[in-house]
Amino acid sequence: MCDACGCNITPGDRHLIYKPVTPSGNAVTTLQNLLAENDRQALHNRAHLNAHGVLAVNLMSAPGAGKTTLLESTIAALKNELRLAVIEGDLETENDATRIRAQGVPAVQITTGSACHLDAHMVHDALHTMALDEVDILFIENVGNLVCPASFDLGQHHNVTLLAVTEGDDKPAKYPVMFRATDLLLLNKIDLLPFLDDFDPEKALQHFRALANPAPLLHVSAKKKTGLNGWLDWLRRQVSARRGRTEHMLQTAL
Amino acid sequence: MHELTICQALLKQVETVTAEQRACGVERITLRIGPLAGVQPELLEQAFLTARGGTCAATAQLVIEHEALRVRCRECGAESAATVNNLVCARCGDWRTQLLSGDAMLLQSVELMLPDPEASHV
Repeated sequence: MCDACGCNITPGDRHLIYKPVTPSGNAVTTLQNLLAENDRQALHNRAHLNAHGVLAVNLMSAPGAGKTTLLESTIAALKNELRLAVIEGDLETENDATRIRAQGVPAVQITTGSACHLDAHMVHDALHTMALDEVDILFIENVGNLVCPASFDLGQHHNVTLLAVTEGDDKPAKYPVMFRATDLLLLNKIDLLPFLDDFDPEKALQHFRALANPAPLLHVSAKKKTGLNGWLDWLRRQVSARRGRTEHMLQTAL
Repeated sequence: MHELTICQALLKQVETVTAEQRACGVERITLRIGPLAGVQPELLEQAFLTARGGTCAATAQLVIEHEALRVRCRECGAESAATVNNLVCARCGDWRTQLLSGDAMLLQSVELMLPDPEASHV
């Protein structure tokens, strides 16, 4: 129960609020996406990132699945090869941004207060505080949540979702909107698999494919730094594909 | 609870339509929502009751039309109904399908209250 979303209105008192109306005939057909304004802002963000040759990756998962640890391991592996930056989304605290800055990488913290997701406007404000010409990959660590972040385009080029093996192999079936939208699925904390008798990676893959998503699924342990090569190579491929696109854009503009 | 955020975005669009049409209020708002849109129609209805206060839609009714979930198989070409966590082809069982409908989150129409032309002469 809260005042934020209207969940304090129950079926019992709903009739007090709804009043019946008769059709007036003054209907205007719009067929506009409800998040059209967010989508416009996301398009603007993407154009801005493209203009600076930045690859933006939106990292999503449940709380505690290992997003920040994955970023720490990724930074340790790539910081001498690619220029990295991070936008951190959290309800409260600068803790995650502090962890990233300790790795020598610029990080902007967005504290969303009570909002359970990042949106394109928050990311836009953060982009304007960053030196994007000095960035090859921008990671956007979304708020830990498997529901709401899936609905908001931020202007990223790719979605990457983490599923920790401690969570249960049916998560893709329970949160289909998020897992359907991902371009890469990382099964994290894979080092703990021998201690868990209720997580079957094959079942996780079946649930994931049942969403008609052909995205690759990689087994990693961000903490033990195992299985990271596939993820790092995936990032390298996306960076060079983006550079190719930027060069093509520049050539066609000339 | 991103339904409230979505409701606020919806009401902004409704206010734009109302201003464009020089209407004095909104009677009914019709949405089209698919099961893969990522919003719960029931939560959206509840959030709407909170969000509409103080807007031109303060007394408006919200109607949500549900969009059916359908896929087309990329392997055998069959079209079939699907569920949110099972988008495989109902004919051949292949998972490589394309979504035909079911992820819509649209403001379909707005029914407006227009000023009474006779009242304006008084």
